[in-house]
Amino acid sequence: MTNWWLKAIFSLLIWPGLLTGALFGWFLLWMSRKFIARLQGRQGPPFYQPFFDFWKLVGKKTIIPRGVNPFIFYALPVISLLSVVLALALLPVPGGNAISFNGDLVFMIYLLEMPALIDILAGYVTRSVYAQVGAVREALLTIAYNLPFLSALIALALRLKTFQLASFASAPISVATVLSALALFLALLAQMKVNPFSIPNAEQEIVAGIHVEYNGLPLALFELTHALELSTLVGLIACLFIGPFTSIWVKLLVFLLVAALVVILLNVAAAGTARLKIQRAFRFYWTWGVVAAVIVFIAALVL
Amino acid sequence: MNGIFSKLINISRRRSPWVYRINAGSCNGCDIEVAPCFSPRYDGEQIGSLLQGSPKHADILLISGPITLRARAMVEDVYNQIPSPKAVIALGSCPASGNVFSGSPTIIGSAEAIIPVDLYVPGCPPRPQAILEAIQTAAKMLEKGETRSQKEAKND
Repeated sequence: MTNWWLKAIFSLLIWPGLLTGALFGWFLLWMSRKFIARLQGRQGPPFYQPFFDFWKLVGKKTIIPRGVNPFIFYALPVISLLSVVLALALLPVPGGNAISFNGDLVFMIYLLEMPALIDILAGYVTRSVYAQVGAVREALLTIAYNLPFLSALIALALRLKTFQLASFASAPISVATVLSALALFLALLAQMKVNPFSIPNAEQEIVAGIHVEYNGLPLALFELTHALELSTLVGLIACLFIGPFTSIWVKLLVFLLVAALVVILLNVAAAGTARLKIQRAFRFYWTWGVVAAVIVFIAALVL
Repeated sequence: MNGIFSKLINISRRRSPWVYRINAGSCNGCDIEVAPCFSPRYDGEQIGSLLQGSPKHADILLISGPITLRARAMVEDVYNQIPSPKAVIALGSCPASGNVFSGSPTIIGSAEAIIPVDLYVPGCPPRPQAILEAIQTAAKMLEKGETRSQKEAKND
């Protein structure tokens, strides 16, 4: 029993938890910024940039806006961070997977919803007009992008007849897997708030969106949450493709390759498109998201 | 342990200077020269610098223009909203001397009169290279704790 606890703490804090997740997320964020910079003909930031951005924010003084409850101001980013760390620990990465039980997929979906919900709350709590507009947009977008996201995961679960993530990572690659990954990618664009769907944090319109009043340590925690969320969601897509391989090193290699491919595609979409209006984004997800959902269900149940 | 931690944070201050700019009655010339600092030719992201939309996310305040009487309260407000440690860079000749507006009854003519300025970038307008150099210098001052707001905080 103690052995299980040690393994659980290891997977929460080190692999695939907080430490690796943060480093991997920072690497992916750097890769995104560098890739977009190169597409725009710029040199881009140095390799360690997200790491130093985080520590600089930690070292700054925090200003709490007048009329905001300090407890809520600090608690929101902490809750957001904790839920993403838990979600990351559930990820069936090669060599990890101490915490695994039947139904952990449902728990993970719940935990991955938390950052969006906390963002909406943070937008309202900080009493800024810009943050409130951002929060409304985030709330609408949540309804939109969850359609392909949940459909892809439920379709895979129906096909494999289990809600356990470990069996997702050991299933063979089929047409349904590839289509589900594509549907997850469709949702990833809005979940990561990159360009066609960078509506909640639209910096040219509503300053910095939801986090406009956040600064110092709480902002650093939000940035860390964003990095961890990126590594969790990208890792979730990558995990679907490691099933057929037996060696742990090959699994790891495939995992990293798929993650890099997903991030590159994400940034091609981000650099190649302009921001949509919220109505357009909503319509996009409720037409192409429905199409993706139907295709994924057909592929999962028939093929 | 504490020493390593504060050293890491000091290095981070040099590596990631985020910038907020405010136009205090400028003719827009200096503001136009800030834009190329963050576009392909000069690309300030190479030194980790980013333009931020909110003063609460910024480390460095770029101020341009001769500080008109109407802008005074805004400049003070924005300066107080930046979480310390912070640095202030006065862009161009206007915040230093009032430039061609000198003697006008509608301007203060000196940024120094309302907020502690760390660096002046001369020119009308200054070149982007000079602005980037000022940002880099201000970031180094933040690392060493040499900006005026940091020194004042130490003396209190």
